[in-house]
Amino acid sequence: MLRTVSMLALATGIGALGMSVIGATSASATSACLITKTDINPFFVKMKEGATAKANELGIELDSYAGAVDGDHEAQVAAIETCIADGAKGILIAASDTKAIVEPVQAAREAGLLVIALDTPLEPIDAADATFATDNFEAGRLIGAWAAATLGDDAANAKIAMLDLNESQPSVGVLRDQGFLTGFGIDVKDPSRWGDEDDPRIIGNEVTAGNEEGGRRAMENLLLQDDGINVVYTINEPAAAGAYETLRAFGKEGDVLIVSVDGGCPGVLNVQEGIIGATSQQYPLLMASLGIEAIAKFAEDGTKPEPTPGLEFFNTGVNLVTDASVDGVPSISVQEGLDRCWG
Amino acid sequence: MSTSDPTVDGEAARAVDAPVEFAQRKSLFAHIQHALHVNPTLLPVIILALTVVVFYFATDGKILTGLANKVTLEQTAIVGILAAAQTIIILTAGIDLSIGAVMVLSYVVMGNLAVTYGLPTVPSILLGMLTAMGCGLISGFLVTKIRLPPFIVTLGMWKIVLATVFLYTGSQSIRSQDIDADAPFLKLFGERVDVFGMQLKIMGVPTIWAIVLMVGVFVVMWYVLNRTAWGRHVYAVGDDKDAAELAGVRSDRLLISVYVVGGLIAGIAAWAAIGRVGSISPSSFAEANLDSIAAVVIGGTSLFGGRGAILGTLFGALTVGVLTVGLKLAGADPQWVLFATGWLIISAVALDQWIRRVSA
Repeated sequence: MLRTVSMLALATGIGALGMSVIGATSASATSACLITKTDINPFFVKMKEGATAKANELGIELDSYAGAVDGDHEAQVAAIETCIADGAKGILIAASDTKAIVEPVQAAREAGLLVIALDTPLEPIDAADATFATDNFEAGRLIGAWAAATLGDDAANAKIAMLDLNESQPSVGVLRDQGFLTGFGIDVKDPSRWGDEDDPRIIGNEVTAGNEEGGRRAMENLLLQDDGINVVYTINEPAAAGAYETLRAFGKEGDVLIVSVDGGCPGVLNVQEGIIGATSQQYPLLMASLGIEAIAKFAEDGTKPEPTPGLEFFNTGVNLVTDASVDGVPSISVQEGLDRCWG
Repeated sequence: MSTSDPTVDGEAARAVDAPVEFAQRKSLFAHIQHALHVNPTLLPVIILALTVVVFYFATDGKILTGLANKVTLEQTAIVGILAAAQTIIILTAGIDLSIGAVMVLSYVVMGNLAVTYGLPTVPSILLGMLTAMGCGLISGFLVTKIRLPPFIVTLGMWKIVLATVFLYTGSQSIRSQDIDADAPFLKLFGERVDVFGMQLKIMGVPTIWAIVLMVGVFVVMWYVLNRTAWGRHVYAVGDDKDAAELAGVRSDRLLISVYVVGGLIAGIAAWAAIGRVGSISPSSFAEANLDSIAAVVIGGTSLFGGRGAILGTLFGALTVGVLTVGLKLAGADPQWVLFATGWLIISAVALDQWIRRVSA
């Protein structure tokens, strides 16, 4: 008897639970997921802010996920699976592993979700329904062209240090690196990887993990190979700040041109103070808010976003920030960069 | 550890009937094995020396220039200090996966108090160190009183501390220039050693305070481990906790104190790290915990506790430093540094196991 009663109670409980789940699903309008690489980078913190603000405005329920560190692929796969199970309408993802994520993304699209890659294109790029990103190649090309123009005739004898992201060569790092070299006028050989160039002006490539300590260490290692380095490409502004500390320790901070990419507020301040010569600014907040708008539209009438004409993705814009502008390379002032900086 | 080892004598005795040449070779081999066994710091010194020799030839001598030496030492300093903390914890058969993150939390606290909130620098540094000791206290308490395995406790602590850092800072660095303006004393250990105009130079190149600090930490910890009751208790508890308790060591108290001292050393490393990196960088040192463990095992300390020497860790950390800088000087791609470090760890521990068979 007791057993029957408890079974009944259990069944009622499960039933009630089921009802509440159905209730919740039908009550909420559209839900979307934001999956970023990590919460430790202000870039993705800003991306989350942009997505949250837009989602609140449009009445979309937003769930955010992030890997523990950059490169935490498994966490992103788990997040996609959770989003499919939750019945989300769309996923915005900044992928850590751009190739390996393709299969789970495919599963999400087959389940009827709109998948938009933010910031980092998947490989192949059409594995996602759309990509909202900074043109990282263009970001690199701008600082490369600026550095070459600033050096003038000396560009032919430059000694360049390449401070890259990490050993696995994610596409964002490759695009910026190869863009910089192209802008500088160096043959990049295979544009899908860095480090295969044979131009003698490149002293070497080092990895920084995109932080200050990595930038400091990488710059030391390259200066040991050649202390005449006079141009430093950096993957982002924290790495640039670390490289500058090394140059200062070696008494070379005045002789070297540092260029970077990102446009975070501390980075733009460093441009203002002459620590970084120029940086390419990108707009993470815009990427995320456009992404949420696209999911809302897709939920409404099934329309998918279109790429920017001439590109394979939707370009959310990039500007060169410097007060030392040069002919032939469009740029915005440091003040404007500060007004639009993130983080 | 006794110096007269029955196994060695037994092997030598068995070799009597064999041809003379073979017996001599075998006993020489056994002698080396024995010497390495009774002196655990010897193997890390040999490994370091071998690494230097290999890279001396691979880099045409560049690894031994003053500048390469300076860079190697400076790149080793922070992880080296952390590895000293890791050593005492591993000696108790524990492990601390959170130590790198605790260091980052500690310097983030120092930087925020001194630069963002404008507190005087010295109290900010002390509060940062107290924060690190607090983390150690919690870990020690969970390991002893709740009886959770150190691996699990510090794995959890690692994630919690990391999350705290990111939530607290919004992952935003404090710029080097802002530290210079508001709290330059935070960067003390990045400054050149200069006492009343006297500079400390190593191979003709001025050195920074962080190097002095690293050596100082190892000297102090060597003294504490080898010349104090507390140090002997650390070895005793690591070797056999029950036996140590029977001998009157209050092992719970000791273990908690070990994790707190580990936290203190992480706090000291934190102050040095600000000078080394320049900025207060929440995203730096993501792998410092594992790097410190690598230095400890290459330095010959057993992960099972009770066996090892603190100075071995210093040589272990320096070996990784020489390997990294050496490979770069030889023009290797960054991927190969990872690859070689992996092999170094495995080889060092394999050698260590072989030596330990003497007493088996």
